[in-house]
Amino acid sequence: MFLINCPFCGERDQSEFSSGGEAHIVRPKQPTELSDDEWAEYLFMRKNIKGIQFERWNHVHGCRKWFNVVRDTSNDKILSVYKMGEKPPVNYK
Amino acid sequence: MPNYRIHKTEYIDETKRVSFKYDGKTYFGYEGDTLASALLANGIHLVGRSFKYHRPRGIVSCGAEEPNAICQIGSKKDLTEPNVRATELELYEGLEASSQNCWPNVKFDIGGINNFISPLIPAGFYYKTFMWPKSFWKKVYEPLIRLSAGLGKSPTEPDPDIYDHKYVHYDVLVIGGGVSGIIAAKMAAKNNLKTLLVDDKKILGGSTIYQNNESIKIDDKLSSEWLKNEIQEIKKLSNLTIKTRTSIAAYHGYNFLLAKENLTDHLPEEKKKNKIRQRLWKIRAKKVVIATGSIERPLVFNNNDRPGILLSNSINKYLDYYGVTCGENIILFTNNDSAYETSISLHKKGIKNIIVDLRKSASSELIKQAESLGIKIYFNHVVTNTFGYRKINSLEIMKLSEDGNTTVGNKIRLSCDCLGMSGGWTPMVHMHTQSGGKLDFRDEDQVFLPKENSEDQISVGSCNGDFDLENIIDKTVNKINKFLDIDNQDYQDTNIICSKENDKRNIWLLPNKIPLGKTKCFIDFQNDSTAKDIKLALKEGFRSIEHVKRYTTTGMATDQGKLSNMHALGIIADTAGVKMGTLGTTTFRPPFTPLTFGTLVGRNVGKFFEVVRKTSMHEWHVENNAEFENVGQWKRPWYYPKNGENMYAAVQRESKAARDSAGILDASTLGKIDIQGTDASEFLNRVYTNAWSKLAIGKCRYGLMLNEDGMVYDDGVTTRISENHYLMTTTTGGAANVLNKLEDYLQTEWPELDVYLTSVTDHYSTASICGPNSKKILNKLFPNLDLSDENFPHMSFKEDKLENINCRIMRISFTGELSYEINIESKYGHSLWKMCIEAGKEFNLTPYGTETMHLLRAEKGFIIVGQDTDGTMTPSDLQMDWIVSKKKYDFIGKRSLYRSDTIREDRKQLVGLLTDDPKEILEEGAQIVSDVKSKPIDMLGHVTSSYFSPNLNKSIALAVVRSGKTMKGQKLIIPMENKNINVTVSDTIFLDKENKRLNA
Ligand SMILES: [Zn+2]
Repeated sequence: MFLINCPFCGERDQSEFSSGGEAHIVRPKQPTELSDDEWAEYLFMRKNIKGIQFERWNHVHGCRKWFNVVRDTSNDKILSVYKMGEKPPVNYK
Repeated sequence: MPNYRIHKTEYIDETKRVSFKYDGKTYFGYEGDTLASALLANGIHLVGRSFKYHRPRGIVSCGAEEPNAICQIGSKKDLTEPNVRATELELYEGLEASSQNCWPNVKFDIGGINNFISPLIPAGFYYKTFMWPKSFWKKVYEPLIRLSAGLGKSPTEPDPDIYDHKYVHYDVLVIGGGVSGIIAAKMAAKNNLKTLLVDDKKILGGSTIYQNNESIKIDDKLSSEWLKNEIQEIKKLSNLTIKTRTSIAAYHGYNFLLAKENLTDHLPEEKKKNKIRQRLWKIRAKKVVIATGSIERPLVFNNNDRPGILLSNSINKYLDYYGVTCGENIILFTNNDSAYETSISLHKKGIKNIIVDLRKSASSELIKQAESLGIKIYFNHVVTNTFGYRKINSLEIMKLSEDGNTTVGNKIRLSCDCLGMSGGWTPMVHMHTQSGGKLDFRDEDQVFLPKENSEDQISVGSCNGDFDLENIIDKTVNKINKFLDIDNQDYQDTNIICSKENDKRNIWLLPNKIPLGKTKCFIDFQNDSTAKDIKLALKEGFRSIEHVKRYTTTGMATDQGKLSNMHALGIIADTAGVKMGTLGTTTFRPPFTPLTFGTLVGRNVGKFFEVVRKTSMHEWHVENNAEFENVGQWKRPWYYPKNGENMYAAVQRESKAARDSAGILDASTLGKIDIQGTDASEFLNRVYTNAWSKLAIGKCRYGLMLNEDGMVYDDGVTTRISENHYLMTTTTGGAANVLNKLEDYLQTEWPELDVYLTSVTDHYSTASICGPNSKKILNKLFPNLDLSDENFPHMSFKEDKLENINCRIMRISFTGELSYEINIESKYGHSLWKMCIEAGKEFNLTPYGTETMHLLRAEKGFIIVGQDTDGTMTPSDLQMDWIVSKKKYDFIGKRSLYRSDTIREDRKQLVGLLTDDPKEILEEGAQIVSDVKSKPIDMLGHVTSSYFSPNLNKSIALAVVRSGKTMKGQKLIIPMENKNINVTVSDTIFLDKENKRLNA
């Protein structure tokens, strides 16, 4: 059970949060211009990394804010949290 | 009755005699006993039958690792409990226990026959034999196995006991109250760290608390005396909490641990009443110290499973802690020094004993002590066989060859009534591995040890592979100082004298002249698997330890192989000729010992099991005989039976009344989201498939919401209340998900939009009145409101007051009838409902539930998202192309609507179905085919909604059918178990295609 440091509320139990999958997948601004393959890339393709992964979490039973998390999936350690719109920390990746 | 209690100890209160029943017979023990120690004091070793061969089995250990003494406690239907280890169960007045694995009784049972046919029960026997014929499994094999294996009985009535959960936070959690745990807890607490110390036993002290060997001294005291002082001291520490009878069940990530505290299991029946039985502690600790100790290993030799064969250290504990001897003529069989402590203890109490030692020689202080006491030691010898049916009565030993691979010389037969075995010690690394820690293998004594300790978690004491007391104390002190970053000096000058073990000799499968195939060298006592089984599995090609384990069932019983895993690994390594460290270990999974369901569930039973949401009209529905349906967490009226009607009759009546005169539905559960902001219209444009910018204030519009993959996600009517203010409704079940999704897009994709979302589902109650007389009823409720079609047309909204209370009234319809939805603040919902009912009396206003609602909308061909759709339906599949805007540049899911897959002509599409026999009602979920003769039969789709329509006087159904759009008028078949039903594909709208009734 993770302890997640919500950037708005502070450290809370994982049961207050829901996970929203891979972070930094931007919805295309002009979907109609995309080929089926390009659209499928946005819609379906996710990385599923063993190691350092950038992911979205929502403090759903708290402030209801979405934010980003850097997590090492091999040991579940959360290395960093940052707000939506902020740049991912450069020391990972 | 024999009495094996031979001396007094401070842990047994001989002034408090306790009577208990075991297998129906009454015995006596004392307060302080476990069921196991009390049975042994009465001379009872035989406690069960083995799982496969039904061999007599006795008590083996004194703790959580016990594989044989598994009991069923109590006999009441609601309170009986299986799988309780007699070695852990504290004795109390009135305890009733019975041995679990022994049908029809422990002394003779029918399964004992398996012992003689055992050559026929090899590894994988169950897989190989009971596979075929399939029909035999359920009717013949399984009942037989269950009956004769006696896996224990579940209670058949609800558990009346009270259970509790508690969340706690600590700086330091120490698991295990032996020497190292006590030292760690003291150091942490004295350094102002909020500390919790848990131990599964009744008292602290581990195995040192009854250690009274003169050769082991701390500060010139017996180690047990020194430890008692330490315990007294830590009890005074204000920031140390001590929880005994508390065992850690699971160690999860981020130092989140679950512990089970036993509060009443040791109390007599009358004192248990109205008390919390067990409490589940949910612990978050900044740092965790694991001090769980180690357990002694058995040795693997022929017939090593007879009653009277115990672990050597357990014999010692029964003697020195409980005052009970396990025999009067004891042989100890060992490969290490610890059996000598047992031997010396027994000798001191006048119990005759001799030692058989695998080692060629040994020379530690303990051994010298034993030799000086004149205890007979057979070095370099091995036990090759044992005798005695219900209890061991003698054994054979032989000399070991130089390399230890075979036996040499003549058999020596020795008589005995008890055999203690010691194969060395296995550190309890379960907690370390549960927390995600890896293991290292130490060759010299063949143990797996915690690999590296992290900054959050550390192992100390014998669970870390430190076995002698000096090593344990010195290393614990050093490690804890470093781990907690403190400088504690309490143990700086502690003077420890102890015997040091120098010589080791580990042989996993002991040699024997008898071929392995004819021996019974048990590895896993509880699941009855032998060395032979392991070797057979290897011979049959199994290599992975995880596969061998499952194939032979070694380590798969309720003890999770606490005594057997190491030997299984060792024998695999030896047979395969690989180093044991390279094999890896099996995974230790929580719980460490079995947990009751009650403990896990805690207080969340009965009406607290699940959150229930009720509308403000709920009491009226109850008073008026409604049957309820669960929709998400909501309780919704399903139908209102009258005069003993069944559901079908009630729904027919309600449906007819709604179309003939008037019906009323509690629609409060529909999701309601208040949307405000200058970009609210733009936002709706992006989330719905149709256009919203031109919706006039005071008008309502139906919207369809898709997922980004183009599939229908939710639907509902949204009303424009003012320029920048909308009220969206969602399906009852989808409300929370829709809000989550909208918030997600607003926060992450379109943060530039000025839009605010508020869930107002619970803030408003909604009464929906439909039918040709609904306008008359509304007129009675709102006499000042102009209800004319010109002023208040279909799909529009008005505000008015009901006795000074604001109401929002929408003229919208899910039934196809003229229909109004009245929304009012929830606290007035009940009154609103009663006023509606009152006003409707003269028009036979009939309350109807969800079932009638479903029927009425099906007559009109309106879909229910989640019933007629399943996450694979596009708007086009639903024949709802009209709602998808061609003009809008983008909305959620738009691009997916012309992917190669979504434009396929042969997708499953929504159609209507009419049965050739209008009385025949289809089953929802039934498959649809066109041809039953050619096999395999091609499945075209399935029925999604089906009703008998009282208004059309015929059966109607909606279905999804491959290429259904092009099939109107075609004949199809619904094959059922005993007949084929002929149907014709029809339009999805069955009633009032011209929408005349909306303005009736
Ligand atoms: Zn938050």
